[in-house]
Amino acid sequence: MKITYGYFLALFILLAPTMVLAENGEQKKNSCVECHKLIDDENGGVVGLMAHDVHAQVGLSCADCHGGDPSSDDIEVAKSPQKGFIGAPKRNEIPQFCARCHADPNYMRPFNPNLPTDQFSKYQTSEHGKRNAQGDDHVAVCSSCHGAHGIRRVNDPLSPIFKRNAPLTCSKCHSDPEYMKAYGIPTDQFEKYKKGVHGILLLEKGNLGAPACHSCHGSHEASRPVETSVGNVCAQCHTLNRDLFAASPHKKAHDQMKVPECAVCHENHFIQKTSDDMLGTGPGAICLKCHKQDSNGYHSAKAMRGFIEDLKGQVSQAETAVVQAEHIGMDMSDSRVELDQAVTLLTKARSYVHSFSPPKIESITKEGKTVADHVKQAAKTARAQWVTRRKGLWVAILFLILLAAGLFLDIRRREKKS
Amino acid sequence: MASLDWIRKRFPIEPFEKLLRKKEVPVYRSNLFYYFGGISLLLFGIQVFSGILLLFYYSPHAGGAYESVRFIMNKVQFGWLIRSVHVWSAHLLIASIFIHLFSTFFMRAYRFPREFTWMTGVFLLMLCLGFGFTGYLLPWNELSFFATKVGTEIIAGVPAIGKFIQTVLRGGEEVGDATLGRFFALHVALFPMMVTGLVLIHLIFIQFQGMSTPPALENKTLKTLPFFPNFILRDCIVWSLTLGLVLVLAVYCPPPLGAKADPFAPTPQGIRPEWYFMWMFQTLKMLPGHILALEGEQAALLVMGILGAGLLFIPWLDIWTRRGKRYSPLTYLGWVILIYMIFTTILGYLHS
Amino acid sequence: MLNRVMGRLDFIRILVRGCFLAILSMTVYPILRYLTPPKFRLPRDVSVTAAKLSEVPPNTAKIFPFGSKPAILIHTASDEYKAFSAVCTHLNCTVQYDQKASVIMCACHNGRYGLDGRVISGPPPRPLEEYKVALRRDEIIVSKG
Repeated sequence: MKITYGYFLALFILLAPTMVLAENGEQKKNSCVECHKLIDDENGGVVGLMAHDVHAQVGLSCADCHGGDPSSDDIEVAKSPQKGFIGAPKRNEIPQFCARCHADPNYMRPFNPNLPTDQFSKYQTSEHGKRNAQGDDHVAVCSSCHGAHGIRRVNDPLSPIFKRNAPLTCSKCHSDPEYMKAYGIPTDQFEKYKKGVHGILLLEKGNLGAPACHSCHGSHEASRPVETSVGNVCAQCHTLNRDLFAASPHKKAHDQMKVPECAVCHENHFIQKTSDDMLGTGPGAICLKCHKQDSNGYHSAKAMRGFIEDLKGQVSQAETAVVQAEHIGMDMSDSRVELDQAVTLLTKARSYVHSFSPPKIESITKEGKTVADHVKQAAKTARAQWVTRRKGLWVAILFLILLAAGLFLDIRRREKKS
Repeated sequence: MASLDWIRKRFPIEPFEKLLRKKEVPVYRSNLFYYFGGISLLLFGIQVFSGILLLFYYSPHAGGAYESVRFIMNKVQFGWLIRSVHVWSAHLLIASIFIHLFSTFFMRAYRFPREFTWMTGVFLLMLCLGFGFTGYLLPWNELSFFATKVGTEIIAGVPAIGKFIQTVLRGGEEVGDATLGRFFALHVALFPMMVTGLVLIHLIFIQFQGMSTPPALENKTLKTLPFFPNFILRDCIVWSLTLGLVLVLAVYCPPPLGAKADPFAPTPQGIRPEWYFMWMFQTLKMLPGHILALEGEQAALLVMGILGAGLLFIPWLDIWTRRGKRYSPLTYLGWVILIYMIFTTILGYLHS
Repeated sequence: MLNRVMGRLDFIRILVRGCFLAILSMTVYPILRYLTPPKFRLPRDVSVTAAKLSEVPPNTAKIFPFGSKPAILIHTASDEYKAFSAVCTHLNCTVQYDQKASVIMCACHNGRYGLDGRVISGPPPRPLEEYKVALRRDEIIVSKG
């Protein structure tokens, strides 16, 4: 009994310093860092990079990925396979390497219960994953996009896959003709995207609501969307237009012809800002690509463009009337609100082009024209009031001049008398 | 004059009538300038009148000032006219006072015995500039907000007391709701009270002392007109025409309201003060960073302060006139200053 | 001779007094009109009468001008009154109330906001600004902040 007590006491005294050290965490021995710091330059600054790595931030260390025993100073022991040392994975083994943790919900839950764990299985379905499985050493693996050491969170603006940076990251391979040679796919997507409406919004204006490559192609599951799925892809944001399209006669026609829904008119990577010229039968009208002159579609297109042009004209007339009324000093703030309403209806009419139904568009433009008419009427009233003001003024001026003349005569009379 | 008889029987108004009839107005070439005092008086009356009317609807706080002015201009019947008349009459009033002051200065009408009449006049000019400065902010629009910000910034440059005056005027560190309240109090309560008192003193002095004749004409015998009724009737003609001018300007050039002030917006381009502050503004802009030991701005404020004090005490400073000399170098200095003011004002408008 | 002088004297007197009276009445008339309270209330940036209670039965909405911008007043199906800026935060279209889905939607790019103003779906980058609603007798008053 006495011996046992003494034994525990001795053990406690021996262990106490290590317990304190373990509690501080940072004091925990890490021979990987100790050595790699010294040879960091030849290693690409691995230790330095890890400072902002998300894994290091949640308390993981080198051995948690690479295995081995960081408590030993002996390189033979620390890097021995018996201690589970893996070292750097081969390039095509990287997905499996990361998936050891990232595909394990039980492991991931304590760190971030909301982080998906399906990346690896999705990756296996992607073009990258399939080719990787076939032994293609060229395709993207986890580290191609996320980096290896110094991996940042996706919502970190400095991460290569932060939404605004993602297109450039994809383009590192996909815009390199030399690199892509073996696959026989175009390499101009990034150039087109950059000039398109989405690219301008995201890359130039920093609008994170705008889509990047992965918004349409998927990220881990990245592949080329099949024709029939294009509508669904666009409908992630453009719901209304897609709903209208799906209910329109075009839907059936596109399906039969096996052409994508939206991309036929709007392109895929080089999506331009829409203009009214795309509609109708004039130069630049897309409708003419399929609809022959004097066909039903031709006439519908012409009619729809006509309604929109009509409302556009009315709105611009109403705006001119308001500006003119404001220019002569009348307040038109109430009409300005109405004018906004008319502009909204014009935008709505343009959206409803996707129903490809002239009567529907006509009913919207009619409503818009009523509002625009009301604005024009208000501007007219304001102008009439302005004229009345001036007339009143000149009556007053007339009396003032007459008064001055009367006074003048009065003075002359008085001074003649004296 | 039956109605006057009715009053005469009840109140002793003869002394006032005598005072009115006593004054004689000399008739000569520069006679025209005698009307500007009267014009200023009429315009001040219009200001009081239209100002009271505006008070019926105006609300002096940052959340509602702009809206209430907009309301007056759009929704209240003839509100546009009242505001427009108030603005234009203010411009003309200050112009008329400047003309009145400079004509009085060049005719050297400030000399004995009219020293105090002159001083009340200088005070009246300064008060009217104060009216302009405070009134400009009241619609709480973008332009006036930033002009006031710049204006009160300049005041802080006055040595020793500048920062204090600025804080008192702004009612805090920044131009805001508190500033509007203070400017409103000055504009509709303190300044009108002071001006009314000073105008009464100014008028009583003038009636007692009669019209001044320029020193050059003092020895000649000039034809004169009785102030009442001959001159006052001429005043009435001028007043009718002035009123007509105010109305034409008010209807044809209604002052814009602009956008509502946004204290957090960046200062917009082309911020400039009202035209009567332009020469000071331009002077401050043209100054080098340092003059002798002083900062440029402080030096300018010092010079302007000296000029203001000099203007006030000109009756005593002008020792040449006091000694009966026919010409005074101060008159030439006055011309130089006038030309400088006109020149910098034009320059200020060309630059912005 | 005397008659001629008298005639002229009368003419001048009538002219002066007549004109004076005319100008006086032309001054008094606008002032009386000015003093008559206008039909509209003083619009405040901070508070405005959005609608009469009868105008918005449950599960309907009304667009009304608030300052110089449109705003939307919603009487929800659960009998609450809510008011928001009606300017879509995406591209400044005017939003509308979707009765079927009980959401605020923008027809331009199908931005959808919940009845708390937050973005549910679509491209809007920010929620709609919410205003305070108060009932005063049969009127609905909407105010900022």
